[in-house]
Amino acid sequence: MEKPKVATTSLAGCFGCHMSLLDIDDRILKLIELVDFDKSPVDDIKEFTGRCLVGLVEGGCANEENVRVLQDFRKHCDLLISVGDCATMGGLPAMRNNVPLKECLEEAFINGPSVYNPSGKVPNDPEIPLLLNQVYPCHEVVKIDYHIPGCPPSADTLWEILVALLNNKPIDLPYELIKYD
Amino acid sequence: MSTTITFIIDEVEVKAQKGQTILEAADEAGIYIPRLCAMKDLTPFGSCRVCTVLVNGRPQAACTQPVAPGIVVENNTEKLLNIRKNIIEMLFVEGNHFCMFCEKSGNCELQALAYRLGIDAPAFPYQFPKREIDATHRDIFIDRNRCILCARCVRASRDLDGKNVFQFIGRGPEKRIAVNAQIKLSDTDINLTDKAVDVCPVGAILRKRVGYKVPVGQRLYDHKPIGSEIETR
Repeated sequence: MEKPKVATTSLAGCFGCHMSLLDIDDRILKLIELVDFDKSPVDDIKEFTGRCLVGLVEGGCANEENVRVLQDFRKHCDLLISVGDCATMGGLPAMRNNVPLKECLEEAFINGPSVYNPSGKVPNDPEIPLLLNQVYPCHEVVKIDYHIPGCPPSADTLWEILVALLNNKPIDLPYELIKYD
Repeated sequence: MSTTITFIIDEVEVKAQKGQTILEAADEAGIYIPRLCAMKDLTPFGSCRVCTVLVNGRPQAACTQPVAPGIVVENNTEKLLNIRKNIIEMLFVEGNHFCMFCEKSGNCELQALAYRLGIDAPAFPYQFPKREIDATHRDIFIDRNRCILCARCVRASRDLDGKNVFQFIGRGPEKRIAVNAQIKLSDTDINLTDKAVDVCPVGAILRKRVGYKVPVGQRLYDHKPIGSEIETR
């Protein structure tokens, strides 16, 4: 029987959740027996090659590219999981949410105390994805099936949830494994 | 005449003293009713509604409702747990609760209740309101991003410290905690020995220079859910 496929991505995140996934240590060998990775930084596959059972999404949506990738994940994954506080609530990037976007950009590229920018302009190259007005948690953009909070969620948490999902068992985590920090 | 009365919480007979609230009687009986604004030694306030129970079928705040002989109280039911969960979720989306860097994380009652009630992500859209910080005082700061308007600081300062340092101003979404001084916290006579400094259930009023002192794994709610200290009595 073909192994189920897992895809992962980091949107407006720091890759800390991916690091936490690698933190499952030697269990990663077991994971490779259980699943194949599709689109993911783990194997550097850039585009989906087919349908995936599980999509793990780290980070929220800060720009238009994040939204497109997230929608692509929703299209290709049976179960889409928000991994980490950025995906579930916006996280640190969402600290900009109560400052108007124009002010954020001007502080970063024009007025900030350490800015050197002789053009005096905010970069506006078509190659750069446009920022959204604010950072959105994933479930405010597409339907999300499971949320795993944590900054990052511990390796044990990720492992327990993946194993439960892959074996079609209910997720029943001990108290210690769900934390918001 | 005996002042002891009996009543029922979730089919368990509980003894109580006349004049006690349902919350106090439940605590003594080792039954945990979740709460945020209620705190031992503070005047009951009834603002957060997390302790809502059904008394003879009617919703009441357990922290303000006195016991009465023979009343039937429902506490740990699926319906009430869902209502409490929704209240906690609303508190999370109405403020800016960045647990990942908050000094109170691990010792926070709001966070601990969310853990206990099994909240993975709030069902409501995040508001990301703009809130002010007051770090003018030498030893204490206010971060209104985390304030849940429980009024514990208001009551502690007024009733225990005899100072009236804190009060609410504004209404609705603009309601916020303010200080009883010309402008800022450093203009008040609050100091580190005040009870009001340590009653905040969240990280809205904190001491400076002691953050993150307790390592992860040793904090209040790292291993045991909030309320287990009452349930193991």
